Amino acid sequence: MTNHWVDIKNANVIIVMGGNAAEAHPCGFKWVTEAKAHNKATFIVIDPRFTRSASVADLYAPLRTGTDIAFLGGVINYLLSNDKIQHEYVKAYTNAPFIVKEGYEFEDGLFSGYEAAKHMYDKSTWAYEIGPDGYAKVDPTLTHPRSVFQLLKKHYSRYTPDAVSNICGTPKDTFLKVCEIIATTSVPDRTLTFMYALGWTQHTVGSQMIRTAAMVQLLLGNVGMAGGGVNALRGHSNIQGLTDLGLLSNLLPGYLTLPGDKETDYNAYISARAFKPLRPGQLDYWQNYAKFHVSLMKAWFGKAATKENKWCFNWLPKLDKVYDVLQVFELMHQGKMNGYFCQGFNPLGSIPNKAKLIAAFSKLKYMVVIDPLATETSCFWENHGEYNDVKTSEIQTEVIRLPSTCFAEENGSLTNSGRWLQWHYRGAPPPGDAKPDADIIAGIYLKLRELYQKEGGAFPDSILNLTWNYDIPHAPSPEELAKEYNGKALADLTDPKDKSKVILKKGLQLDGFAQLQDDGSTSCGCWIFSGSWTEKGNMMARRDNYDPSGLGNTLNWAFSWPANRRILYNRASCDPSGKPWDPKRRLIWWDGAKWTGVDVPDFKPDVPPGNPMSPFIMQPEGVGRLFALDKMAEGPFPEHYEPFETPIDTNPLHPKVVNNPAARVFKDDRAAFGTSKDFPYAATTYRVTEHFHFWTKHTRIASILQPEQFVEIGVELAKEKGIKDGDWVKVWSNRGFIKAKAVVTKRLKPLQVNGKTVNHVGIPIHWGFKGLAKNGYLANTLTPFVGDANTQTPEFKSFLVNIEKA
Amino acid sequence: MALQSLDITRRSATSTQPPDRRKTQEVVKLIDVSKCIGCKACQAACMEWNDTRDVIGANHGVLDNPMDLTAASWTVMRYSEVETDRGLEWLIRKDGCMHCSDPGCLKACPAPGAIVQYSNGIVDFHEESCIGCGYCIAGCPFNIPRLSKKDSKVYKCTLCSDRVAVGLEPACAKTCPTGAIVFGTKEDMYHHAEGRISDLKSRGFAKAGIYDAPGVGGTHVMYVLQHADKPELYHGLVKDPDISPLVSLWKGVAKPLVTMAFGAGILGAVMHYVTKGPNEVSEEIEKEFKDEK
Repeated sequence: MTNHWVDIKNANVIIVMGGNAAEAHPCGFKWVTEAKAHNKATFIVIDPRFTRSASVADLYAPLRTGTDIAFLGGVINYLLSNDKIQHEYVKAYTNAPFIVKEGYEFEDGLFSGYEAAKHMYDKSTWAYEIGPDGYAKVDPTLTHPRSVFQLLKKHYSRYTPDAVSNICGTPKDTFLKVCEIIATTSVPDRTLTFMYALGWTQHTVGSQMIRTAAMVQLLLGNVGMAGGGVNALRGHSNIQGLTDLGLLSNLLPGYLTLPGDKETDYNAYISARAFKPLRPGQLDYWQNYAKFHVSLMKAWFGKAATKENKWCFNWLPKLDKVYDVLQVFELMHQGKMNGYFCQGFNPLGSIPNKAKLIAAFSKLKYMVVIDPLATETSCFWENHGEYNDVKTSEIQTEVIRLPSTCFAEENGSLTNSGRWLQWHYRGAPPPGDAKPDADIIAGIYLKLRELYQKEGGAFPDSILNLTWNYDIPHAPSPEELAKEYNGKALADLTDPKDKSKVILKKGLQLDGFAQLQDDGSTSCGCWIFSGSWTEKGNMMARRDNYDPSGLGNTLNWAFSWPANRRILYNRASCDPSGKPWDPKRRLIWWDGAKWTGVDVPDFKPDVPPGNPMSPFIMQPEGVGRLFALDKMAEGPFPEHYEPFETPIDTNPLHPKVVNNPAARVFKDDRAAFGTSKDFPYAATTYRVTEHFHFWTKHTRIASILQPEQFVEIGVELAKEKGIKDGDWVKVWSNRGFIKAKAVVTKRLKPLQVNGKTVNHVGIPIHWGFKGLAKNGYLANTLTPFVGDANTQTPEFKSFLVNIEKA
Repeated sequence: MALQSLDITRRSATSTQPPDRRKTQEVVKLIDVSKCIGCKACQAACMEWNDTRDVIGANHGVLDNPMDLTAASWTVMRYSEVETDRGLEWLIRKDGCMHCSDPGCLKACPAPGAIVQYSNGIVDFHEESCIGCGYCIAGCPFNIPRLSKKDSKVYKCTLCSDRVAVGLEPACAKTCPTGAIVFGTKEDMYHHAEGRISDLKSRGFAKAGIYDAPGVGGTHVMYVLQHADKPELYHGLVKDPDISPLVSLWKGVAKPLVTMAFGAGILGAVMHYVTKGPNEVSEEIEKEFKDEK
């Protein structure tokens, strides 16, 4: 989230799109009801299904799954053609005035630089025109034909209300009503918030869907404002913490990145990440990259990390490609990866194309599963009839299950969607021999270290030199780990303005990341968490909900990264002269000497208004990007591409380029796609409120509340197929089949799309062949093995199936 | 139970009033249907607090589950897809005991002290005195009490009388994530409901209103409904509930006679027949027994 859960109550308009907050985030959803009850907020739900969120909405707009960019592109077109944008904000705080390099083009569905053979772009033309002073050129009048503003206008002029309705199946008048309500927030004292979740991320164009929403918010001047922003509702408890700590294969903690295999030079690695400012006078905070990186390496390798050995840069793995989940299981399927540690993850349930996963797991030599539950993954070799029809005797994989504690059985912090690190305490001892994950990993590490000590090896350095100074080496405590993430001074730290003044003594916990150094005098395990456990103690355990402004910015409740800041980009809540856009919802203001307010200013505190420094301090140009430069795989402006399995067989905007041209598709998986001829129905998978992923089918109460697998179909489709409420149905894709009970509902209506009637089939995911609920089929038997071109998040939300009464 | 005995204002099958009683404030659980998202957290909390566990059933083509109130499910969510002049609406109502001011169950009950009403309005079943006759089921205008097949006693929502007695709100109200369930004095709940109703009216629900069934003297579970003129839209919520005239007859004239008559044979049997029907085990119940095995 750019903002946080409580802040939702400050919104005037709330849009849930690409998510179903009432159902999947019922506790956080209370802030939507707050906004409605006490802020007279208008609540809109845009979704293929009339969801539980829609049941309490003021307006529901249906759309075909996978067409969100078309819808939001239409909103951009509406805002621009009806002049409903926040002009001053757009001019000062976005890259609308920036001039794009000559050579940039968009034609017939492709941006300039496409390399068809590689399914990739040469992005060199997706850049600003740079002036002789080394800075990007701008046109404050926004009239230059190559200004971002003019290019934006041109790009989205194709997204007319008729085009939107034709692609999305949304009735035109409903679409226009949504646009009108959104447009009311283009004034400075009204805000809109977007709440989204996996309904956006799980598409081959998922990242671009989110970007389109961000662009709408920039045009309306809603980023940095109370009740505004683009708000990702995170799923798994602590999935936010997982990404923060860099547990994706290409990341290091705090969104630092691993080097690629061509990046063998340390200085080049750093300078490629410490971006040079693109406009004069910008803070450009990533220029501090080396401080974050060196402090991380000091936390990991202690005295072994020195200036001379480039802080152990050579010990870091260098990536030849990104090892995302799809890549990993593809390699496993090819027999190229033959050992697998699986921690807190149930890929047999959570990864597309179950048949491929079973084949891949069957080729492994060993699989180690660390989990509190007997997951389907750990039992993939068991035959459960049609639910898991494997030949056990032919599977030679050795499976080792290491029972771990669950979150309620250990101390620690959980990071919520609003970036709050909230400390919690153990509620009960773990059952049997279950151990905390940290203890299990420590045990494995200590054994490995012992082996390396005894036997040496090709590359023992990083294992032998890893900092491991925990009180109980085989059981690092959550408190010790948290302190390590916060970081400490390795030497006396002095005031940069007066070197004789010591601001922090050697050995003390850091106050925050502003104290980090790139000379080896600080260590910090995750720079964005710095400030969470200082000399004042555990900031995450704070529970003071004092809220002087009434806006919900409770600065003494837990710790919010970065720097305990609650609303990101909050400098943009004031106009360039430093005056809050909305006097009723002031977040920060200039008090004559410094920035102050009810939030921690997201700005250099002593830079006065009127200075050229702009609010988006992490960007080298200081402003929000309507034009994404080279940061996205498939183009600087989001474009509507169809799902890889589309029910309409074409892209009405450009029939020659149907789906995402930059998506990565493995050979066998392309062959496993189905077409609308055999699979005429648009399918989408989702969660229901009674269950949490594949966990709660192991608990009795949740199993009582929703005991048995079902799929949802509309009344019209049911009639056509002769299916009644509660009938057994068989649903199949080109990759397999499931059987489930039919829930026939008015909440899924056929949509008119490009001259065709499109019906949806809704497939909740929660059932499987382990647990207390009635056995069912893993829904991901059906889904296609293709992901978003940037993140490789699988396209669980849009694919094709057929359905019959079983 | 012992501490609360001072709060009892009415006792089933007892002609004398409890002699001494404390005055407590009348309480109400207000269920704002327009804020309810049907998450079933209240169902889970009810099972947790009261330590009941229903069977893990089956899907019957709807999201409702368990499908009906049972001796182990004292509250269930009822989902209704209705078409109104606003288009499709999905009305989700938490069903359970309404805690009537004039409780038909208590009036119908022939077992002394099996059903009591406290001065705060809560109608509570004391299972240790229950004889399993099921008259309360017939006496209830909302079709709430359920006979347990395990111990032949009747169960329903207690409005968490054990929690309320020590100053806590009912478990469902405590757990409700959106604040759709609130709990307090009847006066406060009326005040809260008024605010909700004016918000709903401003959003175009002209007939939004409160449901507090006058036919049973008002209730201690009230609803805020978007369409208060059509409660039947909400999975058949009774529009004008009242107590069956047979129960009034039983209570007013017949019961004292029967209680006096040793054996209480004939009229009791007649009453049993008109209210419960013949003594037959239905096919459904038989099937459930088999399924459980």
